[in-house]
Amino acid sequence: MSDKLEIDATLTSYRGRGREALLPILWDVQGACGSISPQQVHRISHILRVPEADIFGVIGFYTLFHDEPTGRRIIRVCADPTCALAGADAVLHEVCQRLGIHEGETTPDGKYTVEHSPCLGLCDYAPAALVSERGEPDMSLTRVTIDALLGEWNGEYFTPAGAADSVMLDPSLASAPQTLSAYGDYSALRKALNEMSPEDVIAEVEASGLIGRGGAAFPTGLKWKFTRAADGDEKYVVCNADESEPGTFKDRVLMEHRPHLLLEGIALAAYAVGAKKAYIFIRGEYPKATAILADAIDDAEAQGLLGNDIMDGGFSLDIEIRRGAGAYICGEETALFEAIEGKRGFPRMKPPYPTTFGLFGLPTAANNVETLCAAPLILTRGADWFKSIGTEGSAGPKLVSVSGHVGAPGVYEIEPGMTLRHFLDHVCGGLIGELQAVLMGGAAGTFLLPDEIDVRLTFEDLRAAGSTFGSGAIMVFNTTADLRDILKRVGRFFQHESCGKCFPCQLGTQRQVEILERLDAPQSGDRERLQDVGMTMTEASICGLGHTAGIAVMSAIEKFPEMFEVNGRHHD
Amino acid sequence: MTDETIKFQIDGDEISVPQGATLLDAANQAGVDIPVICYHEATSPNGLCRICVVDVDGGRVLQPACVAECQAGSKVETRNERVLRSRRTILEMLNASVNLEQAPEMQQMMAEYEADESRFPDAHLREAEVIDDNPFYVRDYEQCVLCWRCVQVCAEDAQFTFALTLKNRGHETSVATAFDISMTESPCVFCGQCVGVCPTGALKPKIEWGMEQGWTADELRRNTRRAKKRGGGDGD
Repeated sequence: MSDKLEIDATLTSYRGRGREALLPILWDVQGACGSISPQQVHRISHILRVPEADIFGVIGFYTLFHDEPTGRRIIRVCADPTCALAGADAVLHEVCQRLGIHEGETTPDGKYTVEHSPCLGLCDYAPAALVSERGEPDMSLTRVTIDALLGEWNGEYFTPAGAADSVMLDPSLASAPQTLSAYGDYSALRKALNEMSPEDVIAEVEASGLIGRGGAAFPTGLKWKFTRAADGDEKYVVCNADESEPGTFKDRVLMEHRPHLLLEGIALAAYAVGAKKAYIFIRGEYPKATAILADAIDDAEAQGLLGNDIMDGGFSLDIEIRRGAGAYICGEETALFEAIEGKRGFPRMKPPYPTTFGLFGLPTAANNVETLCAAPLILTRGADWFKSIGTEGSAGPKLVSVSGHVGAPGVYEIEPGMTLRHFLDHVCGGLIGELQAVLMGGAAGTFLLPDEIDVRLTFEDLRAAGSTFGSGAIMVFNTTADLRDILKRVGRFFQHESCGKCFPCQLGTQRQVEILERLDAPQSGDRERLQDVGMTMTEASICGLGHTAGIAVMSAIEKFPEMFEVNGRHHD
Repeated sequence: MTDETIKFQIDGDEISVPQGATLLDAANQAGVDIPVICYHEATSPNGLCRICVVDVDGGRVLQPACVAECQAGSKVETRNERVLRSRRTILEMLNASVNLEQAPEMQQMMAEYEADESRFPDAHLREAEVIDDNPFYVRDYEQCVLCWRCVQVCAEDAQFTFALTLKNRGHETSVATAFDISMTESPCVFCGQCVGVCPTGALKPKIEWGMEQGWTADELRRNTRRAKKRGGGDGD
């Protein structure tokens, strides 16, 4: 069988590599065979010299890997808040009914498997689905219909169109990624290599006031400085493209539209910290962005803008894309390192921090996509230009992802300092209906009430208001939205995505969702239970996922206390 | 660890410890009791049960005493309201998921921290059938707290056998062999170290289990007989 020959050749090509090749080899085997059998695990174990039990454990950790046969087409429909508002449940239900199966099952003829999925990062074109047809590249579907999900495979991406008028998102780009010739010849990198020492680059980024755009808001220049100063024969740059926070899709749009801006940013970071190797770890649910970046790397290498001896300047950089396999936790930087190393994506204890002990135990600068995209702009236009935009604590243009009940959901570049009210009324197409609440910062964020939206959109103002900018997600709900339903989905999301390592989060996300599922008729003491669970996760968990898994629920308790009262429904 | 010592406060008393000492080391030295579940002297600490959390300088989050190093000049509180709430809630949540009837240490902690046994009504207990697939020990994952010790001693912490792993994730995580094969089909050499480090009744010598089942002497002998082929391992 040609399939067998093909997979034999693929497996053989991994000889000599170690555990770090585990996720790539599992993707290849599953791509050819549909799932990963005990026999394949046995062969992989010998090739990569990894115990079979460990491989089994890794397969079970990542939801996009299957160790049992699936249908030829796997349909995963998003079950998170924005898609739910757009009718995703009805689509999932209808698909299952037409196929005569329940969610999570495979049709008897082996043609279809239907599952629900955590947020697919396509909230601006809800409802969304991820479709995998065996032997074909995975495909994201937007504004899904039953016909699209069950119809003939056409291999065409449904492309979200348009981008706002901004410096990061080029307005001239309708749907196609910006080509290398349109982008230019990496002039910021050329300037750095010709005129600046790595220390100069770091100083410029530090002077710009750029802080990380992934949610933790750490100063980027400082992170690069620590990484450069750390002892280590080798160093790494890791681009965190595992964007998975429900309601967040800015990095997907950046990667799909401006791949070279990101690649140049990665090259600048690598030059600054002294790395020769960089990884882009991109979530498995972003097949389109993955393909665009792979093409862009090829194009840049062909032009001598990446690879060996870039621009004859003596600096070399290899950028490798690593595809995640369905695990929100891998957006946590140390869990992401574990995934690249071929392990279950468990967050590590900190300290030590990545800048001294990161990927493969070596100094690593891990930066978010949007953060890295800011670097070429800073080098080209200057730190002063960057600082002149926004506020002192929130320098530079900032991307936000807005979804839900607004006229034009999408990714927008804003100048920090604008109020949320102004943004909603004048930037993203205005509110649809009467505002009930805004969930700011995604599933790990907090609710803002209609009388709280005069807050300025800056890191410092939002923090002072007890909220968070987080990853820049703004989910808008009008009075037709059922907030109890939204909270249940938030609870299910964290229960599904907890890695299970530390007790507070492993147990807390489960206890939390159990209580939220009965929110229509709460039991006496449920509010106090949720508060104890929420505070225990916040204060005692290992990582950021656990620290924030109870935030939205505790915020709802504060903002909508009546929702948690026993017999509260009678007073509605 | 160097010969240098540092000073800091634990529950109001100043103590002096070697630099690099963990807060748990310091507490032991000072005679302050800090509970542990996942921590074991023979395994690498993972700081995952979080029952040993303490408050360091009123920081944003609590610190796991088993791995956090003492900081000179810091003030550590091992029993304030924040700490007690976390410990009590962890125990209450754990008791709702796991059968702790045969874990006397955890029963004692439940009493000490005034944890309510029925705090979480209608909670999902991680039910599991007892796995009896070899002559030496049985596995009852309904009693497993996921401390990871067995997986660790089976791997780099002691035996380098790699028979065990963790499968699934989150609350549905469980200890397993590859594809749930029996222990006799797995690389297990029946060294018994996993049984030795298990803090609950999840891993139990088969003789002990058989006696609980009321087996006769004959049944005990028959059911715990070693296989003919060389089983490997040292046994004990």
